[in-house]
Amino acid sequence: MTQVIYDSTFEGWLTAVFEIYEQKFEDVVFAKSEVSNTLLFSERYFVETDLQKAKRVLNGLKQKLSSEGFANIYKAFLSEIDKMDETLFQYVKYIFSSAINVEDDLSNSPVLEVRKAAYLTGRESHRMKAFVRFKLTKDNLYYAIVEPDCDVLPLIEKHFTNRYADQRWLIYDAKRKYGIYYDLENTTSVQLEFNANSNSSQFLAEISDDNEEFFQNLWRQFFKSVNIESRKNTKLHLQHMPKRYWKNLTEKIPNLKK
Amino acid sequence: MVHERVMEKLAILADAAKYDVSCSSSNSTRKNKNKGLGDASGNGICHAYTEDGRCVSLLKILLTNHCIFDCAYCVSRKSNDIKRAAFTVQEVVDLTIGFYRRNYIEGLFLSSGIFDNPDYTMERLVRIVKKLRLEENFNGYIHLKAIPGASAELLREAGLYADRLSVNVEMPTEKSLKLLAPDKNHIDVIKPMEFLKEEIVGYNEEKKKNYKTPLFAPAGQSTQMVIGATQENDLEILGMSNYFYEKMNMRRVYYSGYVPISYDNRLPVIGTPVPMIRENRLYQADWLLRFYGFNVNEIVGFDQPNLDLDIDPKLGWALRNLDKFPVDVNTADLELILRIPGIGVSGAHKIVAARKFKRLQPEDLQKLGIAYSRSKYFLAFASPFQLQRDLTSIQIKDHILNTQNSKYKNDFSNQLSLF
Repeated sequence: MTQVIYDSTFEGWLTAVFEIYEQKFEDVVFAKSEVSNTLLFSERYFVETDLQKAKRVLNGLKQKLSSEGFANIYKAFLSEIDKMDETLFQYVKYIFSSAINVEDDLSNSPVLEVRKAAYLTGRESHRMKAFVRFKLTKDNLYYAIVEPDCDVLPLIEKHFTNRYADQRWLIYDAKRKYGIYYDLENTTSVQLEFNANSNSSQFLAEISDDNEEFFQNLWRQFFKSVNIESRKNTKLHLQHMPKRYWKNLTEKIPNLKK
Repeated sequence: MVHERVMEKLAILADAAKYDVSCSSSNSTRKNKNKGLGDASGNGICHAYTEDGRCVSLLKILLTNHCIFDCAYCVSRKSNDIKRAAFTVQEVVDLTIGFYRRNYIEGLFLSSGIFDNPDYTMERLVRIVKKLRLEENFNGYIHLKAIPGASAELLREAGLYADRLSVNVEMPTEKSLKLLAPDKNHIDVIKPMEFLKEEIVGYNEEKKKNYKTPLFAPAGQSTQMVIGATQENDLEILGMSNYFYEKMNMRRVYYSGYVPISYDNRLPVIGTPVPMIRENRLYQADWLLRFYGFNVNEIVGFDQPNLDLDIDPKLGWALRNLDKFPVDVNTADLELILRIPGIGVSGAHKIVAARKFKRLQPEDLQKLGIAYSRSKYFLAFASPFQLQRDLTSIQIKDHILNTQNSKYKNDFSNQLSLF
């Protein structure tokens, strides 16, 4: 058995796929370099990410799949589901071994697993398009903090760039410690660290635009006013707005000053 | 903005607008222009959900709840003793932009009570959308009410700036409208709908010839009916919907279960539960009309003018038409698969895609996420060991009702409860 260790990026994984074929490894397990727990009785093989090799795998896949099926591979990877890299590898092997497009062969396990993972990521990226709540700072930056289960920022970048073309904004993934930032020209990925005090109300009051708190209260008021008490349906409410998202949703955070 | 006053107005005018059901923000083609603000193309997005589980996609408000009409079912009726308020044009613009920039909403849903006269009201609404589009370069979604009785000129202008227009028919029949809204005439509602339909069709034709033709209500028009305030049966209601879909190119018909808000003796008394199950069944029937290829006569008819409350309309149809089953999903046409209870539109497409690779067995269907426990009574599998038991429709219905876990279950129990 060979333990294939890559740098946890999508390109790294693609490079690993390339090299597994090149080296003709038979029995592989994947590991990410940041959490490489050594397996007993196994060879270790380190993959150096190589964009050329990654691209060749992508091109191979592109020829075998529909554009949606092709996009699903990246989405499934971003789901960060445990062992998804291995499932994806099973899937890729099946794709390359068949003469026809197999992406709809849903009674095949890896095909279905990948489809499900892609669905999960897709759903969460749709949710993040909805649940981002920008706050305006004194220097005219709209910023939002999110903590999604899947790594969805790469998937929602275009949506926000198209939509907020005339304002500077930053969406920060507090779980993965990186963000996407739009400077009125381009959107780029940025690494930054928020300090621990950044959530204190004093700090927020200092950096916020004068009208920011007012708008947050307006939104809370609106959210309350549109509810119809006699139709209360908590189960449905929770199904659509799961509790794990609440801590970054303005309307779900009571205004402490009141 | 004067903060306290705007807050109070928002509370009053959002509360008054909430009985309008539509909150859709999809199906427009308006894209971001010249690096302005917003983009209404693409899928609709629900930014939040109220505690009653409804989607919040748009800033849904009335411009004012002052109204010269006295429609019994409406919370803003003239004779109702409630707080009144009115936004200024600038306040609506500031709220919309401020909410949109913070990603709270997809856009604006603006309706209004009728103050002074229809044209005066419509003119204000148009002024707001124009300001948003022309001065703020706002490309988000705007749903505007077309006020019955407003001039053709104003309606046309509204269509040039809004994504969707709607006129609410309110009551499924003319008789009910006369009873509850003596100031309104059915024809006043139908006329602007017809006008909008003609305009939308006209602009679309024009657009095909000349791509520079401006958009005209690219997300079409919709309407809404109040359900359960009056005595109509589902045949009348769905018949009306069908008419709107076929004759008015309506994108959506919304059903709003009447929430008792009045002591008027023409209406259900306060405390009567909202007819939520019936509303739900009507939406299911509506979906069957739009996405499943059903004809309205197959769902309701003179012999059974109301939908079953305890089972969904598709299962109801299947039980009345057992001769069409069992169906073999490995060979049947998509249209027929769509008619099997327990299989939805995406399920049916998955089946058609997956069956190219192998003959599907029950366990494959379960993997695909089909509600097999419901569909199994209607499926045929060519397995020599499986004997198809001939069940009557009543037996099937009992089996399904006993195994399903509906939140409405208690409402349908055949068992008499002793305590």
